[in-house]
Amino acid sequence: MAFSKKDLEIDAARVSEQLVSHLREVIGRRFHKRGVVLGISGGVDSSVCLALSVKAFGPKHVVALALPESDSDPESAVLARKLARQFGVEFIVEDITPALAGFGTYRRRDEAIKRVFPEYDPTYKAKIVLPGNLMEKDTLNVFYLTIISPEGEEKTKRLPLKEYLQIVAASNFKQRSRMAMLYYHAERLNYGVVGTGNKDEHEQGFFVKWGDGGADVKPIAHLFKTQVYQLAEYLDIPEEIRKRPPTTDTYSAESTQEEFFFRVPFEIGDLVWLGMEKNVPVEEIAAAAGITVEQVQRIQKDIQRKLRFAEYLKAGPVHFATE
Amino acid sequence: MDEIKQKVREYLVENFLFGDTETVLEDNQSLIDSGVIDSTGVLELITFLESEFGITVEDDEVLPENLDSIDNIAAYIQRKKN
Repeated sequence: MAFSKKDLEIDAARVSEQLVSHLREVIGRRFHKRGVVLGISGGVDSSVCLALSVKAFGPKHVVALALPESDSDPESAVLARKLARQFGVEFIVEDITPALAGFGTYRRRDEAIKRVFPEYDPTYKAKIVLPGNLMEKDTLNVFYLTIISPEGEEKTKRLPLKEYLQIVAASNFKQRSRMAMLYYHAERLNYGVVGTGNKDEHEQGFFVKWGDGGADVKPIAHLFKTQVYQLAEYLDIPEEIRKRPPTTDTYSAESTQEEFFFRVPFEIGDLVWLGMEKNVPVEEIAAAAGITVEQVQRIQKDIQRKLRFAEYLKAGPVHFATE
Repeated sequence: MDEIKQKVREYLVENFLFGDTETVLEDNQSLIDSGVIDSTGVLELITFLESEFGITVEDDEVLPENLDSIDNIAAYIQRKKN
């Protein structure tokens, strides 16, 4: 049978059952924990992980946290609260803004932004993005900084190395502070921490090392985003969450995951990646995805580069042996 | 052209290979596919090329055909200088 979008379809009931069983095995029997905590963002991945956790451990053994900070979309916490109520789990809101201010997150980030755009001040919104033209051109993955003035005027510039590194390093305090808070609650309860990244994020390196990458178990890290949506439907995740475009919710200006990192829509990127994994000829992938052979090749190349460089993010400390 | 290649090679060996001259770096070798540089490395490389050769790398020039091998970089610098 010809390669098609159908190849991304999963038996959601079966997958859910298997993941519930794995969660019980790992958290309970292997790690000897009494339940799990997880951060929920009002996005589809964390919602699916919450639903799976509740199936695995029951609502009394699951604690969901919203971990907003001053740049977060307020809608995220609203959706998270609704979801926690739907699944009957304890819901805790921990505003991490003071902790981030203590680390100097905003000051360090804004210093770097101001070096690129001297007119920038905290009344502006800002985000960093990759070039969005992968379908047209094989551009390299260097980041651009966009600022938006209170009047709505938008300016974009390619980030110089030093400023790029400082903005990312400062922003990564957000994910790392969330991880620290999740482990606080996990340890006080003798629970484990569930990481909520999907395959696209985990394998291509769209996470912060020791930040959202820091968890005891990652139940959906082998599933493409498009497959997570299938699981979400099966698990009764509300439509308002399933229809919400995936965002980074890290920068003050709204930034979708597509513009920040993936560069192509998930329904195309996942299909091209799956085809690459299954050694499907590029012509067949192109026909299935409704794009040209050259576009498939460009997307595959981009994915291969990201997979290679995600190795560092995924690696734990490397130990050596000497004689 | 050879002088440009030499300068770029020295920079790459010094900064990305920690001076390890035993690692073979072919002129036509993809620097990204062979793991010598990543996306941050591309930014470092651009900073070096701009300061060393007095050029400005425009946004639409951040392409593998300009920056992904010693051959490509040298040809690109040559074109820019002309």
